[in-house]
Amino acid sequence: MMQKGALNVQKIREDFPILKRKVSGGKQLVYLDNAATTQKPLAVIDSIHDYYMNYNSNIHRAVHQMAEEATLAFETTREKVAKFVNARSTEEIIFTRNATEALNLVAYSWGRSNVKKDDKVVITEIEHHSNIVPWQILTTEKGAKLEYIGVDDDGYLKMQEYKQHLDSNKVKLVSVTHMSNVLGTIVPVNDIIKMSHERGIPVLIDGAQSVPHMQVDVQKMDCDFMAFSAHKMLGPTGVGILYVKKEILEKMPPFMGGGDMIKEVHKYETRYNDLPYKFEGGTPNIADVIGFSAAIDYLNDIGMDRVREHEIELTKYAIDRITGVKGVTLYGPRNVNDRGGVVSFNIGDIHPHDLATIMNDHGIAIRSGHHCAQVLMERLDVSATSRASFYIYNTKEEIDKFIDALDEARRLFKI
Amino acid sequence: MSDDIYREIILDHYRNPRNKGKMSNPDVSIHDSNPLCGDEIDMHLKVVGDKITDIKFEGRGCAISQASASMLTEMVAGKPLTSIKDLTKDDILENIGLTNLGPARIKCALLSLKVLKLGMVQYYANKDPASAKKLQDDSKGL
Repeated sequence: MMQKGALNVQKIREDFPILKRKVSGGKQLVYLDNAATTQKPLAVIDSIHDYYMNYNSNIHRAVHQMAEEATLAFETTREKVAKFVNARSTEEIIFTRNATEALNLVAYSWGRSNVKKDDKVVITEIEHHSNIVPWQILTTEKGAKLEYIGVDDDGYLKMQEYKQHLDSNKVKLVSVTHMSNVLGTIVPVNDIIKMSHERGIPVLIDGAQSVPHMQVDVQKMDCDFMAFSAHKMLGPTGVGILYVKKEILEKMPPFMGGGDMIKEVHKYETRYNDLPYKFEGGTPNIADVIGFSAAIDYLNDIGMDRVREHEIELTKYAIDRITGVKGVTLYGPRNVNDRGGVVSFNIGDIHPHDLATIMNDHGIAIRSGHHCAQVLMERLDVSATSRASFYIYNTKEEIDKFIDALDEARRLFKI
Repeated sequence: MSDDIYREIILDHYRNPRNKGKMSNPDVSIHDSNPLCGDEIDMHLKVVGDKITDIKFEGRGCAISQASASMLTEMVAGKPLTSIKDLTKDDILENIGLTNLGPARIKCALLSLKVLKLGMVQYYANKDPASAKKLQDDSKGL
């Protein structure tokens, strides 16, 4: 039953036992590293426990009762995922280990059979390494080119550069993030896809940071591929999702050969299984896929629009407060409607790792480093940034604690 | 705990590093980084006979890594090469006064020693393979 109005954060927090934890010698945990991974509600933990306690079996082949129960729970998750992003059918939803594997699946399967010498793959300067390295591997192997859409000083993509790449008539694939994991920038994917499709070029969207935080509709967006990850949206680690339009998926060669992805295997030839199983070789991560089901239910009960509203409110509050701290350089768009709940910054000459150590003393978990986005770090001309990122259980009081710890860091470093 | 780490002396070496900069025609030059943090250190040495006659470092990263590098250069300048061979992790941590670091940050403190040992591996590679091997093994534990 979908709830209405502002989130009841105190009630939500009760569903996350880990948030009661004390760290650093008795300090109340303040978890602000949600862009890396989110915490898990009891419902998710319980459902994994229930699977192992009561119906642990391998799926799809056996006919005994527990196998049928496990298969049903596994495939029900696929239905929920399809519905969550509004895919046309479950045939378009492939389970992988993580978003990285989903992106690699596209590079190895679709990429290898479609990208040829002198073709171009277009990505952006704000990509995570997982949406850079697979394309470096592919373009190097094929003698193709990797091109970047630049980012301006306010954290927005330079759409003129994108148009120029498209006009070169050599582009075979565009692969962009929906939301930057460093700047928080929400990328205008609708425009990007429209421009690309006008020229018949497919688009892959890295939804790892967007799907957990806002309503994403793959049909409305009209992306051809989308990758995202369960563990960044209350689900367990070890579950990634690749959405691919059926008409494209039908023409893609398999990624990994093995059990479960076949119909018949003979000495020298194999008939592959139907979609999406053709792309799911080997025993999948059954328990965690089943656990992901509970995470989707939890988010659906809240409603993704309300998740987004809550994060806008927190982000606005965080940006207002942090811009008042002396010595802070803030990265990414200032307009909270153009960004997700991710606040990256530097303060004076304090290195982010030193800041993270000081924060940790206060029980505050933030991220520091290059955030797997070294191309962007080079563009920003920094070696690292600090990053606080929010989710449904975070509060303004926690942001206040974070600001207090920043003041403490300024005192220690005499800034 | 942060008060114990970010003491005056660490901040001083972080902001006013000793022996920092480039070196023309070094006898040994070596670079390494800490993939976790992205800390980077280059060490350049001039060696005459068995002595380190000049040492410079370049780098960027956190206060712990950079202060540790600065202090290490002071520690070994003018000393015989054997003193580098014998340097241990604990020597460094005691030298910078940080014996209480967690497993993540200890890597920051030890990066400069690792780089220096790897530099010595390069130096001894042909001259003294046994020493090179010992230094190589040492550097793996850092």
